[in-house]
Amino acid sequence: MEKKHNSHRPLAQPGSSLENKTGSWRTHRPEIDKNLCIGCSRCAKLCPDACIFMKMDKNTKLKAEVDYDYCKGCGICAAECPVKAIKMVKDY
Amino acid sequence: MIIIFILEAAETIYTVAILINMNQNKNKISSGHNACAGCGQLSAVQAVMRALNNDTILVNATGCLEVTTSAHPQSSWRLPWIHSLFENSASIASGIKAALNHNHKNTKVVIQAGDGGTYDIGIGLISGMWERNENIVYICYDTEAYSNTGIQASGSTPWGANTVTTPSGEKSIGSQQSKKDMLTIALAHGLKYVAQSTSAFPDDISNKVKKALVTIGPSYIQILSPCVPGWKIKTDETTKAARLAVKSGLYPLLEYTEGKLSNSSVNANFQADSVNEYLKIQGRFRHLKTEEIKQIQNLADKNIERYYL
Repeated sequence: MEKKHNSHRPLAQPGSSLENKTGSWRTHRPEIDKNLCIGCSRCAKLCPDACIFMKMDKNTKLKAEVDYDYCKGCGICAAECPVKAIKMVKDY
Repeated sequence: MIIIFILEAAETIYTVAILINMNQNKNKISSGHNACAGCGQLSAVQAVMRALNNDTILVNATGCLEVTTSAHPQSSWRLPWIHSLFENSASIASGIKAALNHNHKNTKVVIQAGDGGTYDIGIGLISGMWERNENIVYICYDTEAYSNTGIQASGSTPWGANTVTTPSGEKSIGSQQSKKDMLTIALAHGLKYVAQSTSAFPDDISNKVKKALVTIGPSYIQILSPCVPGWKIKTDETTKAARLAVKSGLYPLLEYTEGKLSNSSVNANFQADSVNEYLKIQGRFRHLKTEEIKQIQNLADKNIERYYL
């Protein structure tokens, strides 16, 4: 059964909130020191905006990376990093 | 020897693959929602979503989670998701489960609600759902106030907390009532799986949700999720506050299977911190004096005794 499209009541597409670039809310920006990062992924698990990724580097080690399009700059990652590899810097 | 090595290697590759896939905008809840920066609830939701598989239907009660993730033309959800009213999430889930049973489908039904919808407004319908013994997971994100409408006191607000409807002042210490014990209410219904966690322990949350999903019959999970404007804390302190709540003994990580406190909750090496640090970082407790802090310390001590921490 196909649903009729009503232009007055558009259907919300799954994951369509990606259109909101919430990165513009930010006053401070997290910067990750890749040399210190041990790849424990605690920051990625705790991020409320799910904007920290774990990526494999050349030496096949996991490193954290931030998607600045959506990062609201709350600073949870910097506060919780066990090796203090993340620093919050001014972003304005 | 070689087989063990291969198995170990396979396991490492599997965990690495999970970690790499994590948060690459393939999550069941996407970025771009309107929650406050540093929201403890959304932190916990990410952990819950990692535990679910795609064969799940989500039911949402009214609350911060519903409002921030479904602003009209957009949605953050990548799973079937429904919201109707504040109080009836349990009844809607029952209806969905009945339809699934009729079609012989094994799709899981998960309810997400805040503490207002669980402790106060929806409790009658939740009690009905538990009475009918339906196979539904109920997750309550406990922010200890009605955060969505502007921090009014709920049944979950602890003693002495300053909220909009229980203001502190010369003649008042804030909330006069103590927190309702929802876990005991759930246990009184004979639930097979009841658990409590906080947003500072994402792996613990994921494990508990996975256990609840395989439990036959209803299960209840309560997650303490610090609220930035409600608790009057800094945005980077939500996880710290949730961790201190566990360490002080005020909100221990608990797990009841078949009505009995399971071994994973009991910790012989647990050394409780004083509640001072937990109360100090929160603006809603800033007015408390030494005597009142002592009373809260008594609550924590009672918890430690009761749960054999």
